[in-house]
Amino acid sequence: MDRKISFQQAINEALAQEMERDSRVIVMGEDVAGGSGTDGKMDAWGGVLGVTKGLWDKFGDRVMDTPITESAFVGAAIGAATTGLRPVVELMFVDFMGVCFDQIFNQAAKFRYMFGGKAVTPLVVRTMYGAGFRAAAQHSQCLYPLFTHIPGLKCAIPSTPYDAKGLLIQAIRDNDPVIFFEHKLLYSVQGEVPEEPYAIPFGEARFIREGSDVTIVTLGRMVHIVSEAADTLAAEGCSCEVIDLRTTSPLDEDSILGSTEKTGRLVVVDEASPRCNMATDISALVAQRAFASLKAPIRMVTPPHTPVPFSDVLEDLYIPDARKVADAAREVVGYKA
Amino acid sequence: MRVIHPLTMPKWGLSMAEGKIGDWIAQEGMSVESGVELVEVETDKILSPLEAPASGVLRRILARKNDLVPVAGLIAVIADATVPDEEIDAFIVDFKARFVPEQTGQADAASSTIQVQVGGQSLCYVKRGEGEEAVLLIHGFGGDLKSWLFNQEALADQLAIYALDLRGHGGSSKQVGSGTLDEFVEDVRGFLDSLGLQKVHLVGHSMGGAIAIKFALAYPARASSLVLIASAGLGSEIDVEYIEGFISAQRRKELLPQIEKLFADRKLVTRQLIEDVLKFKRLDGVESSLRTIASQFCMDGHQALILRDQLSALAMPASVIWGAEDRILPVSHARDLPRNLTVQVLSGSGHMVQMEAATKVNRLIAGFWRESQGQP
Repeated sequence: MDRKISFQQAINEALAQEMERDSRVIVMGEDVAGGSGTDGKMDAWGGVLGVTKGLWDKFGDRVMDTPITESAFVGAAIGAATTGLRPVVELMFVDFMGVCFDQIFNQAAKFRYMFGGKAVTPLVVRTMYGAGFRAAAQHSQCLYPLFTHIPGLKCAIPSTPYDAKGLLIQAIRDNDPVIFFEHKLLYSVQGEVPEEPYAIPFGEARFIREGSDVTIVTLGRMVHIVSEAADTLAAEGCSCEVIDLRTTSPLDEDSILGSTEKTGRLVVVDEASPRCNMATDISALVAQRAFASLKAPIRMVTPPHTPVPFSDVLEDLYIPDARKVADAAREVVGYKA
Repeated sequence: MRVIHPLTMPKWGLSMAEGKIGDWIAQEGMSVESGVELVEVETDKILSPLEAPASGVLRRILARKNDLVPVAGLIAVIADATVPDEEIDAFIVDFKARFVPEQTGQADAASSTIQVQVGGQSLCYVKRGEGEEAVLLIHGFGGDLKSWLFNQEALADQLAIYALDLRGHGGSSKQVGSGTLDEFVEDVRGFLDSLGLQKVHLVGHSMGGAIAIKFALAYPARASSLVLIASAGLGSEIDVEYIEGFISAQRRKELLPQIEKLFADRKLVTRQLIEDVLKFKRLDGVESSLRTIASQFCMDGHQALILRDQLSALAMPASVIWGAEDRILPVSHARDLPRNLTVQVLSGSGHMVQMEAATKVNRLIAGFWRESQGQP
């Protein structure tokens, strides 16, 4: 386990290994092979940020460039999934998902249920999310709560290269449609990743650190922000237990409740807009099921309810940072009834 | 000149750079005997007590609960009651002034494992220490070379100590063939050949003990001595629920109750230990390899291979160490063994006795090597 690779390489490796293992696995999306309709070199791009680069060389036509028509190629992938393939479709930015909501929400998510369990839809939609990339309001949203809301979809939101590889392999082997969220700012993060393929089961959160004063539940890129805050707090003598959800659907309720019952205090840190996000959902869960163990009100750290600003200064202000997380933790730990 | 003894952070495990102080068992000002447990230290595997390096008064505690102390950093000071406070203070100031923490890079370099090709398989090992004679540590079923986290470094002051990942385990190839003990024995032989090691002292834990016995019987000229820790192959009973539970567990809550059975004190098991085992078990092919191996040594709820009758034929000194509270392989297997084996039973320890009572086990092993042939 000495080898370190980036988050981006981990995703590429998961795709390559599963394509190697199972000939039914195909990759589709805009520029995933290298720029359709041009006379240029194939495999020049590998997706807008190069995540699928190299796959076309190894697997040829199983890596397909599509037109810029999300409703068409996501629909095609869903059809392929129900008829025997295991497509991994790249939908560049989650912000564009709106144009193919019917295919995802009302078709892919419903088939197993509507056909009495006789149909499976082994589809993965890989998509980029998140702010901090100076990409403005239409390319920076954290829309995983929308997909978590829909029964029949599974949502994976890895924070480390190790989890990215294992969760993506699980997503590909899963018989249900999985939306797989990749934060743009995590692609260069390095971490230890085994060379062998492995699958991480969905619905099991990861404990980033154990502590006794406050539970901080978070996910995705915010895991790194919270870890930074927890280091600061540890130096002040405040012991944080940090939980990385890894998947929001299914959700590891046991780990959230068990930890909150132990510490008696909860902060939820979520990069998604504050109405109906993971922070409100988890706060409601704990308020309903672990209220008696709470020693202080629950605190949520989220962006404000506005579009992601384009101005660098405002965007930095918009995204939850370690200082805001540490302030929230100090507030609940210092709370006097 | 009056002697002042520092209590410092040990280096348990190859990649350990710092340890976290747990509960203090002793208090400042207490008289302590050499070898008594003073404080718990938390590593990335389990909690382990730290023992007094010398007798005296625990004059100063410098690290409180939850403090992180770098390896070789000062935790406490033990000295005779007659040593004046000023001398203790001067000692601490001097120690801190001289102290240079190990660089993270050095720790990483030292921890790196080596791969060697043996019969078409890649076997992973770590070597610590240098010496004329060599030792091979063989872990048990589902374990890896980290099973010797608290032993390899400590035993390496005069010998070259090799810890191997068996096939199907750790960093070695995950494919097994027949999964029989004989296959492992041939891997061990091939491993020693490839490193040019003609003869080694063998230390085996659990299934690794049975492999060591079979190796010593098959190649008596290549084993200088044998230490069998909670060894398989010495009786019929085995907790098959553990074996099956360990193989099939996919999640923390399934694996935790199984791993807890390995220790007398369940609270020693950290979340990190569980995560590390899960990381191994999740790899493609591991589950089926473990199943193949288990089906060879475990049949109809019992151990399939009992080597007890063959122990008297061992041509080299042999010793048995067992935890009295072993829940996987009962301590009764350490009783009524042939007289050529020395037997030590450690109270308050479970199946992973070499982790749970590391200092005692290290002392017993070093003592056995010394007694069995002067100096190993």
